[in-house]
This record gives sequence, structure tokens and C-alpha cells, in this order.
Amino acid sequence: MAILNTNQFKSGVKLLLDDDPCTILGADFVKPGKGQAFVKVRYRNLISGRVLERTFRSSETVESADVVENDMQYLYNDGEQWHFMDPSSYEQYAAGETAMADAKLWIKEEDSCFVTLFNNLPIAVAAPNFVNLLVTETDPGVRGDTSGGGSKPATLETGAVVRVPLFINEGELIKIDTRTAEYASRAKE
Amino acid sequence: MHLQSLETRIGDADPRTFYLQTSPEFAMKRLLAAGSGAIFQIGKAFREGESGRLHNPEFTLLEWYRVGWDHQALMNEIDDLLAYLLQEPAAERLTYAEIFRRHLAIDPHTTDAEQLLALLSERGVRLSADPLDRDVLLQLLMTHVIEPAMPRDRPTFVFDFPPAQAALARLRPGVTIVAERFEVYVRGVELANGYHELRDADEQRRRFTQDLHQRRHLGLPEVTVDAHLLAALEAGLPACAGVALGVDRLVMLALGVQHIDEVLSFPIDRA
Repeated sequence: MAILNTNQFKSGVKLLLDDDPCTILGADFVKPGKGQAFVKVRYRNLISGRVLERTFRSSETVESADVVENDMQYLYNDGEQWHFMDPSSYEQYAAGETAMADAKLWIKEEDSCFVTLFNNLPIAVAAPNFVNLLVTETDPGVRGDTSGGGSKPATLETGAVVRVPLFINEGELIKIDTRTAEYASRAKE
Repeated sequence: MHLQSLETRIGDADPRTFYLQTSPEFAMKRLLAAGSGAIFQIGKAFREGESGRLHNPEFTLLEWYRVGWDHQALMNEIDDLLAYLLQEPAAERLTYAEIFRRHLAIDPHTTDAEQLLALLSERGVRLSADPLDRDVLLQLLMTHVIEPAMPRDRPTFVFDFPPAQAALARLRPGVTIVAERFEVYVRGVELANGYHELRDADEQRRRFTQDLHQRRHLGLPEVTVDAHLLAALEAGLPACAGVALGVDRLVMLALGVQHIDEVLSFPIDRA
């Protein structure tokens, strides 16, 4: 495991803090007038997702975290785990419920997802920012209403439920912004 | 003590180590001792390892000395300079004790390390290791809690520091001994640091020796004591006050930019 010096701290660097892998969001060099230098770090704990701050002495060293981030293809779900493949190495990885918490609502087989590996195990999976999904269940559309005023719930082919405009019908393909879990537009196949 | 110099070796036959100045202070004091009278310079200074939003290893300092002045008189002049350059209103002046009382309701001269540490954690400052040194804890409270809360509508001058943070300032005896040092903050940015200058060569030698001890203790590189400066002090430095002001930060404030890289042609990452 590599040892990092505080002057190597910059955003994107992965550290092992309290045994959890963390990614640095920002590192500020702080040096009071005539005093010791510190580095104030904002980071995200990649397991809990929480954003935290910590101050290091500028001479301190910290262990790096073996974290790899890669686009991977979603293959299938076996009822317990979600299986992905790294398209460059053809290596397969299985992600559990925790890592899939957000992504599982949105992804379909063959979608390309952003997978974070820690010690070679998936700890987080992000769906593509936008996905096109079929509406499988919603109240009948209101004819002529294309103004977008008002909304109704719609169930999608993955089981997710989102608010859609009144003019959307069952069987239509719609585009979802997975970061906000909101309807973006109608989609073409 | 917490400044690290960049060094270079010069001379073919008998190479000697020279240091790039971390500030022009020692050289200017030698001129003052030689009878220069009030002097200023704008020049480059170099500090190893300092790089960040407000730091670059090579930077520009404006440093000046006023013979016969004390730190209060020099603060008046800085007020005028900031009004002229940045259109700032007159600064609020607080002693180190007053600003700690205001923001943290403690007396920084007497509060012990344990209480300071508790206060830091109460204010949400998380440290990777507990630095139990009182002065380090005071400095962390200053940078992490007090500085961000300083008013933005006028500068803040903090003066009369604890003796342990005296650096090259003279001490003023009293119920609480304080160092006649000041720091200038503009919109939360530490812009300048000044002293009513220490003139006592013996006291200076003692502080140098103490610094060396601490450097050894902390495993920092050893430096040689500046014999020229001690000789100048022995010959007699006139009573004076001096201040160093970060010119790059001054330009940042004038332009309202957030990162020192925005006012440097070639910051360290692109040097």
C-alpha cells in the first residue's frame, strides 16, 4: 500500500481513513502567521457517502486506499447480486445491495455504469446520468395537455416510480436524470 | 522556525551552501543597524513546501521599517495604505486576548491545552493527530474558527501575541507578558505580519538557540544561526517597527479573486 505525504493531497486522491476508503474533494494548505503548516482536507467517505473534514499536520503521512474507478457493463442480477464486466479486461465483479442502493432503480442489462472498486470489490455503482426507460404503469394520459402543468406517478420497467407530466402514457419511453431521480423528457428508441 | 528555506551550493573549488531568503528581514536589519534609516523593498521570497490557495513557494513581499516607531504607529500607517489601495475603512484593532474572548470566550494566555483541544472538537475541527502543544492549538483555533468568522466589511488587526509566538518581536512586560507583534487580516485573508522589533542580541541568540532545539526535536533540517544578523544587533539596531505584506495576496484582494494562481503568471504547478 502506498504511503502519501500531505503535499500529494489533491482532489481525487484516495486515502484510507478510519479503515474506510475516502476520496479527497479539496485540500487547503493552512499556515498561520508564524506557525506550523496544516492541510485541511474535505473528503467523501466512499462507504458511507458522507462528506467530512479533517486537518492534518503538513508533515504527516497517510496510507492510500486501493480504489479503482471504471466504467463497466451491467450483465445481470442473480437475485442477490448484480454482476458487472470490465470491458477492457473482461474481468467480472459482483456488487451487493449496499453498493447498488442508488443504481439498482435505474439500470438495465448492458447499461454502462461507473463502478468503484475497493480492494477489488465493488463498493459503489453509479447509473449513467441519463437512462431511457419504458413506462409500464400510469394513469391514462390527458389528451392535448402538453404544457407540463401538473404531474402523476408512473412505474417504470425497472420498478422505479417517478413523477411524470400528465401527457405521458403507458408504453412510452422516457428519459430520467438518475442524479435527481426526475423525469427529463420523452425519449426516442 | 516553521519556515523551510530552499538552498543552493555556489562555488567550484570550495562550494558553500546559500539559502534563498524566506523574507528580506535579516538583510534589511543589517542595513538598519548600519544607519539606513527608514527603508522598504518589494522583492521575491521563497519558502519550501508552501503551496495552496494563499501560498506559492516563490512569492512577493513588501517589507518596510520605520525607525523610532512602535507597532501601534505602524498599524496606523497600514490603515492608511489599505484605505488607499483597497478602499477599506479603518481596521478594528483587537488584542490576541480580546479576539479569543470575543469568539471563544476564553483567555488564550491561561487556558490549558486540554481545554483548547476540547474547544476545537466542540467547533467541529477534527484533527488527524492531537497536537498537544498549546501554541499549535491556539493557532488552529485562530485559523479554523476565528479567521473564518472575522468581519468582511473592514480589516482586523490582531496585536500583542503570546510570547511563545513572538518570533522577532520585542516582549512587553506587564501582568501578562505579550509580544509586540501584529497580524493584519483583510476579508479573512492574513495579509501582513509586523513587529515592534527585538533589538537585544542576547535575547535574539537565545531565541535562535531555542528554535534550533525545537527543530531538532521535531526532526526538521538544521540551520545555521545567522551570525551577520547577531553582529548587526550587537552593533545596535535602532528602535524600529517593521512589517511584511504579501503583495500577491494584496493583488488578490484588489481583484477579488480566490486563488493565488490567478495573480501569478507561473504558479508552482506550471513553473
